[in-house]
Amino acid sequence: MSQSGLTAEHGVPWPSNGISEIPFRVYTDQEQYRREQERLFKGPTWNYLCLTVELTKPGDFVATTVGETAVIVVRDADGAINAFVNRCVHRGNLLCLERQGNVREFGCIYHGWIYNLTGQLTGVAFEHGVQRQGGMPPEFRKEEHKLQRLRVAVLGGLVFGTFSDVTPDLETFLGPDVTRGLLRVMNRTPHVLGRNTQVMPNNWKLYFENVKDTYHASILHLFLTTFRINRLTMPGGIFINQDGGNHYSFAKLDYQAEDQEYKNAGLRSESEFRLRDNSVVESVDEYGDGVSVQILTVFPGMVLQQVRNTIAVRVIRPRGVDKTELEWIHLGFDTDDEAMTERRLRQGNLIGPAGYIAMEDGCIGGFVQRALQYNDDGAGLVMMGGHEAESQPFRASEAAIRGFWKHYRALMGD
Amino acid sequence: MDDLTIRLGVQELIGEYAERIDEDRLEEWPDLFADPCRYLVISRSNHEAGMRQGVMYAATRGMLLDRVFSIRRANLFEPHRYRHVIGPIRVKSVNGNTAVVHSHFIVARIMHDGVTTLFATGRYLDRIDISATPYRFSERIVVLDSDKIDTLLAIPL
Repeated sequence: MSQSGLTAEHGVPWPSNGISEIPFRVYTDQEQYRREQERLFKGPTWNYLCLTVELTKPGDFVATTVGETAVIVVRDADGAINAFVNRCVHRGNLLCLERQGNVREFGCIYHGWIYNLTGQLTGVAFEHGVQRQGGMPPEFRKEEHKLQRLRVAVLGGLVFGTFSDVTPDLETFLGPDVTRGLLRVMNRTPHVLGRNTQVMPNNWKLYFENVKDTYHASILHLFLTTFRINRLTMPGGIFINQDGGNHYSFAKLDYQAEDQEYKNAGLRSESEFRLRDNSVVESVDEYGDGVSVQILTVFPGMVLQQVRNTIAVRVIRPRGVDKTELEWIHLGFDTDDEAMTERRLRQGNLIGPAGYIAMEDGCIGGFVQRALQYNDDGAGLVMMGGHEAESQPFRASEAAIRGFWKHYRALMGD
Repeated sequence: MDDLTIRLGVQELIGEYAERIDEDRLEEWPDLFADPCRYLVISRSNHEAGMRQGVMYAATRGMLLDRVFSIRRANLFEPHRYRHVIGPIRVKSVNGNTAVVHSHFIVARIMHDGVTTLFATGRYLDRIDISATPYRFSERIVVLDSDKIDTLLAIPL
């Protein structure tokens, strides 16, 4: 591939205008990574910030990140949710060091500058000097200084933020299908059952592509086939929004037939290809629509999953060109009784860093990253199911990955 | 039963646990638990917040056996081993047939290519059934000091 025209102003060159050949250097190039922070995470996209139930009272805050950028989310005295960059306007110090809590205002520990819960600067230590000596110059006005704000939107109890003024409203951004998919899962008041962070030795895009990859599931993850689970899975499909970056895939299951099969299996002799304890997959049709798996993504870094009765938000946090932190936020709902909670916890073995059908995703991106080490010329192929990024009534497809690259290329301008 | 006998039995169980994992005798690992039981690997921040979801959970010996079989036959990952180093073992209380025992650990992970890293540190919060020898875990909560797990957790801690 020619490298002519590659300057700091241009990203990694693409082999064509298409979205089914992906240049390997997008996973290894430091300058590309920097541009992604500006154009994607700080660009016209909605990024997951927290749950509304984490901000019940005025002053409740969560410190998080959007891409690499530190952000504070807080509920103010009027009940509004505000989000701003976690960086003092004075010397750029982190204002908030705790992950979660309740405050009346934010004070910088470095020089004591104070901000209210809307991010407005309200106090400057020694503003008028000490004994009339020193102090800020007369033209300095606290009112003219506030923390950099993000726009905030809430859907299904999830709080999102965007840096850009031109980002369309959240539901328009998601598109009607993905909005419907999100609200389907988040149809009750959630609570957090637990959190884990998985540190992966690969570029963030390799994980996001993996989530959108409906092709690999039965090939890389052998747990279900080894134990002969999911044989009663019925076909599903993929919905992809207009811009391409948001999607959800789903599959249905004949819950009743599966339940009957477990009961019958209990009567037969033990086979080594049977689970000794089926409770890790014993599921109820909690949404009443037969859907047993729904994987939903919001560009550029959020996943909302229903895998049987496990519900989780996964947040993809880039931490350098070849390092990614994946936070798993496991959810239950206010309608859960103890049996439902126990069911979710047992099925929790399916997902997360030790998940029977997820642990491979923690290492596969690292294997790709290693293979690309100083060996990143050429392009990978994403052609299963065609060259476009359209919704499809089947899952043996890479359409949702192509959707990612469609949105990616549009925002990166490459 | 005298105090010293209990201490020796507890020490034997905890030592055996580490040895069966580190020497790759995973098939014998579930035998160290009562049935039903509770085995949970969870971060300290989740545990202290009263949250119950960790990264690995078993409520029966069958679930432990399934974990071993899945690691051996189904899950794909780079071969590696652990080395547990267990700190002082503290018998906190004995009530009837149950001893409450705390210890702490560090676990190094040795990849197949020899790369060795400090993988996990934390505490074992155990409830040990001492009604018969050898003793067995009725509950083992593995409280990890960190929220973060490097790459994946396949082999139990």
